[in-house]
Amino acid sequence: MPELLRSIHYNDWILTELLLFPLLGALGIWATPALTRLVRGSEESSAYAARWIAFAVFLLEFVLSAGLWWSYDPASAAMQATYTIPWIPSWGVTYSVGIDGIALMMVLLTTFLMPLCVLGSWTSVRTKVHSYYALMLILTTGMLGVFVARDLFLFYVMWEVMLVPMYFIIGVWGGERRIYASLKFFIYTMVGSLLMLVGIIYLGIHAGDPATGLPSFAYDDILRVLTFDPTVGITVPLVHVFLSGEMLLFLAFFLAFAIKVPMFPFHTWLPDAHVEAPTAGSVILAGIMLKMGTFGFLRFSLPFFPGAVTNPTMRSIVLWLAVIGIIYGALVALVQPDLKKLVAYSSVSHLGFVMLGIFALTVQSVQGALMVMINHGISTGALFFLVGIIYERKHSRMIADYGGIARVVPMFAAVLTFVSLSSIGLPGTNGFVGEFLVLVGAFRTQPVLAVLSATGVIFAAAYLLWAIQRVLFNAFDKPANASLTDLNWREIAYLTPLLVAIVWMGVYPKPVLARMQTSAEKLVHDVEVRSTQAPGVGAAMGGGGR
Amino acid sequence: MTPLDLATPAGLTIALTPDLVLMGGAMLLMLWAAWRPDGASHQRAVGFGSAVLLVATIVVTILFARAGRTATTGAVAVDQFRWSSDLIFLGSALITVLLSIEYNDRESIGTAETHVLLLFATSGMMLLAAARDLIIVFLGVELMSIAVYVLAGLNRRSAKSAEAALKYFLLGAFSTGFLLYGIALIYGATGSVQLPAIGARVLRYGLFTNPMLLVGIALLMVGFLFKVAAAPFHMWAPDVYEGAPTPVTAYMAVAVKAAAFAAFLRVWLEAFNLVAGAWHTALWNVAVLTMLVGNLVALQQKNIKRLLAYSSISHAGYVLVAVVVASAEGSGAFVFYLVAYALATMGAFAVVAAMSRSGERDLMVEDYAGLWFVRPGTAVAMTVFMLALLGFPVFGGVGFFAKWYLLRAALDASNPQILLAVTLVLTSVVSAGYYLAVVKEMFMRARPADAPEPPRTGIMTRSLIGVLAALILVLGLFPDRLVSWAERSAQALPSATVVDVPVQP
Repeated sequence: MPELLRSIHYNDWILTELLLFPLLGALGIWATPALTRLVRGSEESSAYAARWIAFAVFLLEFVLSAGLWWSYDPASAAMQATYTIPWIPSWGVTYSVGIDGIALMMVLLTTFLMPLCVLGSWTSVRTKVHSYYALMLILTTGMLGVFVARDLFLFYVMWEVMLVPMYFIIGVWGGERRIYASLKFFIYTMVGSLLMLVGIIYLGIHAGDPATGLPSFAYDDILRVLTFDPTVGITVPLVHVFLSGEMLLFLAFFLAFAIKVPMFPFHTWLPDAHVEAPTAGSVILAGIMLKMGTFGFLRFSLPFFPGAVTNPTMRSIVLWLAVIGIIYGALVALVQPDLKKLVAYSSVSHLGFVMLGIFALTVQSVQGALMVMINHGISTGALFFLVGIIYERKHSRMIADYGGIARVVPMFAAVLTFVSLSSIGLPGTNGFVGEFLVLVGAFRTQPVLAVLSATGVIFAAAYLLWAIQRVLFNAFDKPANASLTDLNWREIAYLTPLLVAIVWMGVYPKPVLARMQTSAEKLVHDVEVRSTQAPGVGAAMGGGGR
Repeated sequence: MTPLDLATPAGLTIALTPDLVLMGGAMLLMLWAAWRPDGASHQRAVGFGSAVLLVATIVVTILFARAGRTATTGAVAVDQFRWSSDLIFLGSALITVLLSIEYNDRESIGTAETHVLLLFATSGMMLLAAARDLIIVFLGVELMSIAVYVLAGLNRRSAKSAEAALKYFLLGAFSTGFLLYGIALIYGATGSVQLPAIGARVLRYGLFTNPMLLVGIALLMVGFLFKVAAAPFHMWAPDVYEGAPTPVTAYMAVAVKAAAFAAFLRVWLEAFNLVAGAWHTALWNVAVLTMLVGNLVALQQKNIKRLLAYSSISHAGYVLVAVVVASAEGSGAFVFYLVAYALATMGAFAVVAAMSRSGERDLMVEDYAGLWFVRPGTAVAMTVFMLALLGFPVFGGVGFFAKWYLLRAALDASNPQILLAVTLVLTSVVSAGYYLAVVKEMFMRARPADAPEPPRTGIMTRSLIGVLAALILVLGLFPDRLVSWAERSAQALPSATVVDVPVQP
């Protein structure tokens, strides 16, 4: 396989192709109404065509991206499949893409989930079908762009590009409170990202060529040039806390990523957005878009600002917020009467594990965090699909409206139980691997927090098992539910890949871990080295020729 | 090519050729407009004549910009900044004329002179962009303003239009008073009205803290801030913008503002760059206040024209950031921003003109509910304009680069304006609240059952909307040529030294 891929120069074009192809697909879908009118087809047939085009594009996208699995060299920590061309030369902006082991897995997760999302919305989206799928395709470009961008300008653009399609997907095809939820989602994300923009510009100017005055936003340039003088900064008035320049920049990026993750207390947009979004929207939000935040921490915050990351105060604040998120998310999920909201809050809890793993800063915990990122995408994605399936049948997400339906819909019940177990982290399923690694890794540096967050696993068992008990088992006391139909072939078709992934990642995660290992090791190593060196280098630079 | 000698009539004539083409043509058109009685067909004919004249002037201006001529110091500037500003005014005027033709038809306004007045206003703007002499600045302001006072009251049947015209006239005259007082005091302090000479004499005689000069600068600043509608001198804008006919509102929001800004920037950088310490703090505060007031008050607006009026106030605040920074980069950002702002605002007002009915009805934001389901193209274009004003990448096209350029200028200045940059982005977030309110109405609300079919839109308005949206999107992917054009325009202007001048004992 690698030879075949090399022979077609796969690495040179694949990432750009992955970004451009969905855009072409979106244009194609928007062209279908005109084309169907041309051949005198009905409105219905044009919507049918839109679904199939979207599905075909996503499937092809997945097949093409799958080559990365083989073409990626796990032994090297360098960026791979790189491609760079100038974009706006007068501003030193380039179009530059590439992946490391972390981005590789995120790209594959995205391309894996998207075709399933098309199948999941097959019958539930009935109005403005074309725009729905076209926006989903544009959204994919944005999400993949965030993962593969090696230029901070490009990264920022892609980061914002995802926002608009999702805003429309929630706002047009969402539930009752969709307008409120979509605006909240948009504003929250924008507050964070615009401050990050100021930070990016600042970094770009500093990494620029002093001779020409041209800034450079290339990731490698910034990483190479970036040093901070710890004595430069501002003292916050009133509270008299000194914040160094590095800390300020870290905070600018932190806000953007923390809102996206979302970390407690920036999480309030999440329940609204996830609950009001259409099923596929929730799957994408939970499965992929939440990972942008944690990915941002791994890709930018940690390597750029090691001093701030290892600063004891900052670090314990972040870690405590992560642990609060784990426990708080789980407790709130426990009392939700709404099944979709329960799943939404469980995301807050799971993402807390990711943050704990990242900021515990051991190779194991970072790898665990990466595993949780992938597994959460699969398991919570599957849970949202299942909630969507039952909602499509009964138009209710309230746990109280169900009870004992395992008798009527046995297949659905089996799948829901299985997925719930994986989300809880039962050994043998994917959920176990990630959270176990995080806890083991975090225990080395933060034993108290690790013990506290372990309770999150117990709570997870509580809220999910209790929920499925009330929905699936208990007494069958609502006769109206007798008419519920079990999974149909389309639903089986898109759930099966998820179930396979759950088992595979639970039983044999080694190939996935192997591909991320080098990148995770390099990351942790870099942070350690740079955080001990940075002040020295900064002082030497600041001291000039002394 | 040798520099033009502005002391000779021939040199001065060549330097003013584009202006003369427009003014001469406007006078001929004025005769033609008066030649025949008012009527729909005559109005259209004069309108198209004006459009042709504007295109001709644009061509001449581009030729001059290409030739890159320079001139000796004199009453007018011959540089890229002037040509770039002229192109912004002329482009906006062209769009306005094309919009007006169809608008006047619908409102049954048969006065053909409207288009000619627009041409006169535009020639006043061209003078403003060229002025290197405070008297020329004054002439330009008056030529522009008097024409626009009349334009605001164009619709004689509308009481609102009359109110707008009167309000604009009174407050405009008031602000001109400030301007004139300022000029007089500056002349008294320095003995010159020529911008470079003022700068030189400030240095030679050490006038950094001369009270007469400082009071003059303050009065002049108030005059300009009135014209660009910056807080706290913005009160007139929403009422006038709401009452004036929509194409005229667009023209006021874009061209009048841009022209006042162009003169503002040139006067400040060429005459007062050495006394930056005196005005820096004041302008800094005005910029912050304008960004805050414009954006916060816009959140409360239900009428789309008032909403866009407050939006234009907040954009005046953003542009002021470039003036405060007062560096070459700031001037580049200034030109770039005005282009992006002009495209998006013109587009938004074109949509408003297209969607309103005769008598200026249906101007509430809620009248746009469900527009996507009946006029998908217009709704998508309006979204592009709104996102461009918001400064959103890709979907808002060039609007994002404009904000980016401003931010970069603010952060890259010799005295980095971090707080100003942070204010800019935070108020931009606030602006999402009202720009998205329009988008939300169009896409996320159902069309009410009793809502009438949107009015039929003329072919010119429709194509203008399409062209503007396409331009925004294309420039949003490939801005490089626009960036280098803006950078070239900025080279003509000096940059200010933003340092506090030590107080003379």
